[in-house]
Amino acid sequence: MTAALGRIGPLLAAQIAAVAVALALAPRAALVLAVWFAAWQANIRLSESALARGRAGRSLVAAVFGVTVLILWEMTVRLFGVPPVILPPPTEIAVTLAANGTLLWGDFVQTVVKGALTGYVIGCAAAVGMAVAVDRSPFLQRGLLPVGSFMAALPIIGTAPILVMWFGFGWQSKAAVVVLMVFFPMLVNAVAGLKSADRMQRDLMETYAASYWQSLVKLRLPAAMPLIFNGLKIASTLALIGAIVAEFFGSPTRGLGFRISTSVGQLQLGMVWAGITVAALAGSAFYFAVAWAERRVTFWHPSQRP
Amino acid sequence: MTSVADIAAPGAGAGRTGARARRWLRLRAAPVLAVVLGIVALWYAACVPMNVKETLTFAERAGAEVTPASPSERRAMGRWALVAANPGHLGGSFALDRPRLPAPHQVVAELWTTTVETAPTSKRSLVWHGWVTLSATLLGFGIGTALGVLLAVGIVHDRAMDMSVLPWAIASQTIPILAIAPMIIVVLNSIGLQGLIPKALISAYLSFFPVVVSMVAGLRSPAASQMDLMQTYSATPAQVFWTLRLPASVPYLFAALKVGIAAALIGAIVGELPTGASEGLGARLLAGSYYGQTVQIWSALFAAAILAAAMVGTIGALERATLRRMGFAR
Repeated sequence: MTAALGRIGPLLAAQIAAVAVALALAPRAALVLAVWFAAWQANIRLSESALARGRAGRSLVAAVFGVTVLILWEMTVRLFGVPPVILPPPTEIAVTLAANGTLLWGDFVQTVVKGALTGYVIGCAAAVGMAVAVDRSPFLQRGLLPVGSFMAALPIIGTAPILVMWFGFGWQSKAAVVVLMVFFPMLVNAVAGLKSADRMQRDLMETYAASYWQSLVKLRLPAAMPLIFNGLKIASTLALIGAIVAEFFGSPTRGLGFRISTSVGQLQLGMVWAGITVAALAGSAFYFAVAWAERRVTFWHPSQRP
Repeated sequence: MTSVADIAAPGAGAGRTGARARRWLRLRAAPVLAVVLGIVALWYAACVPMNVKETLTFAERAGAEVTPASPSERRAMGRWALVAANPGHLGGSFALDRPRLPAPHQVVAELWTTTVETAPTSKRSLVWHGWVTLSATLLGFGIGTALGVLLAVGIVHDRAMDMSVLPWAIASQTIPILAIAPMIIVVLNSIGLQGLIPKALISAYLSFFPVVVSMVAGLRSPAASQMDLMQTYSATPAQVFWTLRLPASVPYLFAALKVGIAAALIGAIVGELPTGASEGLGARLLAGSYYGQTVQIWSALFAAAILAAAMVGTIGALERATLRRMGFAR
């Protein structure tokens, strides 16, 4: 504690000195620095107070940091007159977002619901199905695991132009890209997951004279859930990336990837950032929905215990 | 349990190696080979229905009797029905100029001509395009990894930074950051930066977050008892860092590097798309899709896959060598 307090002293001194120097050289920079350092000091105090031990306190510190970044961004853009074609201020992005709600909602439906979600469901279901299908053959499992991990490391997003050629500009080609992208990480996790029920548990099922399907449904699939959900979480991010980037290779006149790439072309950076914001919110919501389902399904697993 | 006599017997060592090799062949190589052969066989089989319309048009031009004879009727028919109706005219499926799905050997032949038979300085050489992408990938990967490790060190040593930055770094893993790529390219282009640097920045950005998150976990991986031991030695934070935290984080670092370099390559490829760049593997993909040059797309795709595999493989080899020398049990 004393060591921590001793560290704050010189830091605060250095910050005050930096603001003073900046005040003499460039007053506008001094203002930005002062806000930054004030928030920094506030967060140091917050993180060392008793408040920070609770969950709410921890989120508060992160929120203060996030808001500070937004304020600094706004201040820098406005004070230094950064052209909006390079970096629009957050308020302008928020205004664009609010003014184009229906347009962006259409993009969201096109890219996230039709492209990403459809492909995600098909790809993940196919991968789990395949993992169950090869489950009885250790030979195929040993073959599929290395090939699957190898494929998962490849830039599968590069298949987008081929699939756009095959399935047209609509959402079907985006769903196809997503299927390919999520399939291999999901397969690797599902195959590994199905192996995770241990010897003792399998022997127990054996002594109950459980059939293959009974042991699969009652033991091996539930035991596989932590790894399956690991795959589902990885795949949720990949699905959005696939759906957005595939639109760069051709799309109808809506979709987040289309919106971002055409607005960049027209130098409407407010719209670009609004599209990125929607994509980011969709990505986080998707991920946390999967994480929520994981907590409900694998409540018994040590990693989920509070 | 092998007795001493067995080990010392002439040829015993060779036999043991032979048994290990056979075991490796049976448990590792054979299944992988079978799966790969299965994929190639499926691919060849898929070429027939995928290319059937083009194949039949081609066969008709060469003077063959195709059923049904009119192209418009053929267009209305399903692919499988066409295959069933014309079993004798499908030989051209694997040798079309612009197939919908090129056969594996066509892709390999294209790869061969554009790498080995073309001078690496030529604009038609995949080695040249691959190098353009690779240089941006490696530069960005280097920047991203260095910054990621620095931020992780800061997060581990500063509680305020930990609580402010780490949640955002973790949250950033859930969002499609790649969507930002076209904007970075165009904005940097408008302030006069183009070519290598913008692509490298996207690569850096993509490889940065996995490294931060993984390195924080790695630097925190020493057990409490190990940290206590350092405390009893009255080690300074710097000593704890260099002798305990940093060595303990190495396995985590390598895991992150493998994810990071694959992400960096994707970043560089996607970074080549928006401005219609004329060089790099991403540009080859885009040009191929504009002009319907499917063989070119597939060969660029395979070149990217080979690059990714080579880089991940290199890091994997470095990882094994380093961890063995550091004494981590495998």
